[in-house]
Amino acid sequence: MLIRKSTDIRPSEITDQSAYMRRREFMYGAAALGMAAALPASAFAMPLSAIKSPLSTDETLTPLKDVTTYNNFYEFGTDKDDPSKNAHTLTTKPWKVKVDGLVNKPADYDLDDLIKSIALEERIYRMRCVEGWSMVIPWIGVPLASVLARIEPQGSAKYVAFETLVRPAEMPAQKGFFQPLPWPYVEGLRLDEAMHPLTILAVGLYGETLPKQNGAPIRLVVPWKYGFKSIKSVVRISLTEKEPKTSWSLQNPREYGFYSNVNPAVDHPRWSQATERRIGASGGGLGGLFAKRHPTLPFNGYGDQVASLYTGMDLKKYY
Amino acid sequence: MTALSIQKGSLSRTVLGADPVRRALYITGMMPAALYFYWGVTDQLGADPQNILERALGLWALRFLIASLAITPLRQLGGPNLIRYRRALGLLAFYYASLHLTTYMLIDKGLDLNAIIADIIKRPYITVGMLAFTVLVPLAITSNGPMIRRLGANWRKLHRLVYLAAAAAALHFIMLVKVWPLEPLIYAALVAALLLFRVAWSLRPRPQRRTATN
Repeated sequence: MLIRKSTDIRPSEITDQSAYMRRREFMYGAAALGMAAALPASAFAMPLSAIKSPLSTDETLTPLKDVTTYNNFYEFGTDKDDPSKNAHTLTTKPWKVKVDGLVNKPADYDLDDLIKSIALEERIYRMRCVEGWSMVIPWIGVPLASVLARIEPQGSAKYVAFETLVRPAEMPAQKGFFQPLPWPYVEGLRLDEAMHPLTILAVGLYGETLPKQNGAPIRLVVPWKYGFKSIKSVVRISLTEKEPKTSWSLQNPREYGFYSNVNPAVDHPRWSQATERRIGASGGGLGGLFAKRHPTLPFNGYGDQVASLYTGMDLKKYY
Repeated sequence: MTALSIQKGSLSRTVLGADPVRRALYITGMMPAALYFYWGVTDQLGADPQNILERALGLWALRFLIASLAITPLRQLGGPNLIRYRRALGLLAFYYASLHLTTYMLIDKGLDLNAIIADIIKRPYITVGMLAFTVLVPLAITSNGPMIRRLGANWRKLHRLVYLAAAAAALHFIMLVKVWPLEPLIYAALVAALLLFRVAWSLRPRPQRRTATN
């Protein structure tokens, strides 16, 4: 019992949370003094204020350093540290999002107009990568449903398709001989998945605007699906009647499906999905080296909220 | 025959003599492992230290395997004869493969034997990796003077398995990655080149024979 208690309230947990809160207060204070740009965290980050959400988890946050240096963003290279090294070249202002397809209000929206007057919320979500690791990230964003309400999907729309920016001049892996994927990176959701309250378009994390390596200036976050579904640096949102193509299922249909819900029961030919490694959970050093894997939950632990979306579906077939 | 006897001579010297260069090779060869373990326990391996350590050890195994395979072609192409360092390179490859496997089983999988067995059966890249390691075991065990003498001509036959181990190791690396990044392809190309060279060398026209038929 004693052991259990000590794992429930680890000192690192308390420190992390409070340090994080103080950091935000400090950021706001600094911004008020007009010296935000002088802070080292990331040169372009701007503080964002957001309301807390009951949909957030209270699990220990993955340290900011890990969230911003361990990334899969293949437009900037295939190594985990490539995005943090290379993404600084990305121009995120101005940023247009093309909205088209089966919507009543198609347009090239300026990013600010697309999310204007929708309240920013902080959503602390688990993020599970198909490669068998996970993080806990305090996103800031808006419900995708609110944006969809703004652009008004037509009755025939059944899916939402997303596209990432293609700009070889600023995205080094989009030029040259060895390009890991065909561009643009594309993703998609069923309309009811897109409308689900857990699904957000994130514009920030850890109290600031999104770092470029994390998909600035706007990205999708769908916490019950493997990370690659949460497409980064979105420039196009289309409503469609047909199931949209998605990059990883195009690249390897046997390994990646359209749904890609986190599912420990569906084995992947490369990685066991039964367990995961929580990045940065044990404070580094020997702890990090010998950190134990822990069980992966169906729908990444969001089953209570989302399992009903898939009633009657064989999730081994629709993986 | 002369080639074989020279090889035998230098290999037995490996056991008897204390070559300072070879000793230095073993010590520097183990440096990457020591450095990675040091970085690991001092939190210098980034966000996912287990994965970085595991990959680095595997990569060094492959590098030493390739180096050991390059010794003979180097000599045949007129380069220096480094045959007396071949065993050290081969054994270093085996040591790194062992550390790589240990890291996977102990640190990555936490000795969860069910998960490890499931991995070996279900995940082709792990099946292939285990094959590479399994093949290296008898080669490492027989890499000493007494075993060489005991096996005689069979030793060379047995040690041709190193080609299989190298091919499997390179394939293991390619199968592990999600897309086609350059690095595993370069290693696979090196292994392929070294194996193809051996085929080409064994099929080369021999001048003596040609004069005989003329």
